[in-house]
Amino acid sequence: MRRFKEFLIEKIILLNGFACILFVILIFFFLAKDGLTLFKTVSPWHFLFGTLWNPLAEPPQVGILPLFLGSLIVTLGATVISVPLGMACAIFIGEIAPRWIRELLKAGVELLAAIPSIVIGFIGMTMLGPIVKNLFHLPTGLTALTGSLALAFMAIPTIVSIMEDAISSVPRSYKEGSLALGATHWQTIHRVIIPAASSGIVAAVMLGIGRVIGETMAVMMLTGNASVLPKTILEPVRTMTATIAAEMGETVRGSEHYFALFALGLVLFVITFFINLAADAALHQKQK
Amino acid sequence: MLNLLMEKPMLQNATHDVEIKTEKMKISVNGLNAYYGSLQVIKNINLEIMANRATAIIGPSGCGKSTFIRCLNRMHEVIPKAKSDGEVLLDGENIYGGDIDLINLRRRVGMVFQRPNPFPAFTIFDNVASGLKLTGTRDRAFLEDAVERSLVKAALWDEVKDKLNHSGASLSGGQQQRLCIARALAVNPEIILFDEPCSALDPISTGKIEELIHEIKKIYTIVIVTHNMQQAARVSDYTAYFYIGELVEFGETKKIFTNPSKKETEDYITGRFG
Repeated sequence: MRRFKEFLIEKIILLNGFACILFVILIFFFLAKDGLTLFKTVSPWHFLFGTLWNPLAEPPQVGILPLFLGSLIVTLGATVISVPLGMACAIFIGEIAPRWIRELLKAGVELLAAIPSIVIGFIGMTMLGPIVKNLFHLPTGLTALTGSLALAFMAIPTIVSIMEDAISSVPRSYKEGSLALGATHWQTIHRVIIPAASSGIVAAVMLGIGRVIGETMAVMMLTGNASVLPKTILEPVRTMTATIAAEMGETVRGSEHYFALFALGLVLFVITFFINLAADAALHQKQK
Repeated sequence: MLNLLMEKPMLQNATHDVEIKTEKMKISVNGLNAYYGSLQVIKNINLEIMANRATAIIGPSGCGKSTFIRCLNRMHEVIPKAKSDGEVLLDGENIYGGDIDLINLRRRVGMVFQRPNPFPAFTIFDNVASGLKLTGTRDRAFLEDAVERSLVKAALWDEVKDKLNHSGASLSGGQQQRLCIARALAVNPEIILFDEPCSALDPISTGKIEELIHEIKKIYTIVIVTHNMQQAARVSDYTAYFYIGELVEFGETKKIFTNPSKKETEDYITGRFG
């Protein structure tokens, strides 16, 4: 009886494990089936490198280059802003701040992570937008830069908390070894502690980017949603995620537009997949 | 191999003169107290450490041995809420004086820790060179020379000379500890503090490190904390017995182990206590 129970529990756990994998595979197939249908009528070349996204035109134009570049510029902007800030913040919390400030900041960062993206979009629209508009004398404050700033704000909690964990878990003996050699505190941080925590730091950056690239709500509210090829970061852009979110509701099921949105989702999936793969590879390289 | 054996004494002669025969004071500790928060762990220690000799600090766990040597290169204060007062004269200069350069002090007084702590992201070469690189030494030839000399002194050169660019973490525990010794030697300190350097090692590695300490005390002044009395008897010239933060007895190792003047020392050494 006991052995049967043991057997049953083992199988149930096994089944659950396989179910998870199965769901992921099903999602991928669903996405791929509808997404790849598009290429019966549109060549992949035109889809990936077409510079015009106008799926309601006759015939529909479904070039995703402006959307891809829109996502890229917003993500790059957010990364460039959030990684140095997040890293500095994590080093300050993990290594420099006195204990009571450390606890205060950690709580603050966690609170920051809890803000819904719609609220950040809302704040960005009413406060950040006008600032960007006036600062650069632009016709509109809803630009790629505005989106980048808001997304950086959203990525920072992820980056800070994972990096700070990585930095704090560097054994004290490494730090003491370095100080005992006559290194200064800063030399110890950047020559010993950061290299020792590098795998966690890379993971933090990757997860931060992952959060940014998949974010939809705030960018939809803040980037102006113009599906044109961006020339500078001070122009309105439209990201891939925002396009799907905005257009999915009004498209006709089975139309070219519908399949184009699925294909766009597929592209997003592939990008995220490779980012995770890269993060994984970086982590394992360090462990060798 | 033969080549190396012949080279070794020559290299040593290059860095120091003849072995000093007469006793010369290197460190003088006067009225040293140390605390963790409000807890006093070192009480009014007065002690003199002789140049080119090995001084062992023995005593039961928690008696303040490690804290004491950490006061000699001001590593004690690295721990939050730890503080100390009193006087530690290094060649006559108080290291707790206002104008002391901490960086310079820690270069003169090197330290080897209880657990081997090579920098994990560094190669073997970079681990040994790390102290020199921190001061901005970039001259590759100079670094290579210093790394080889330090590894030879730490009796590790033969084992690692073909894999200097491997990670320091790839070595065994005993090798890692000798790597840490080489790292401490590379900056050319005057004094090396050993904080229970063999407590995480097997007997063979321990033997190698003891031999090494014997060898390098010709050049450096050694202070070694150990809870292993045989080790203290084997490697040291002087022994200090600590008990609950106080110095119970200090003298020549031979005398402490054969004819201690205090009853507590005798009890500890003969194993009746501790």
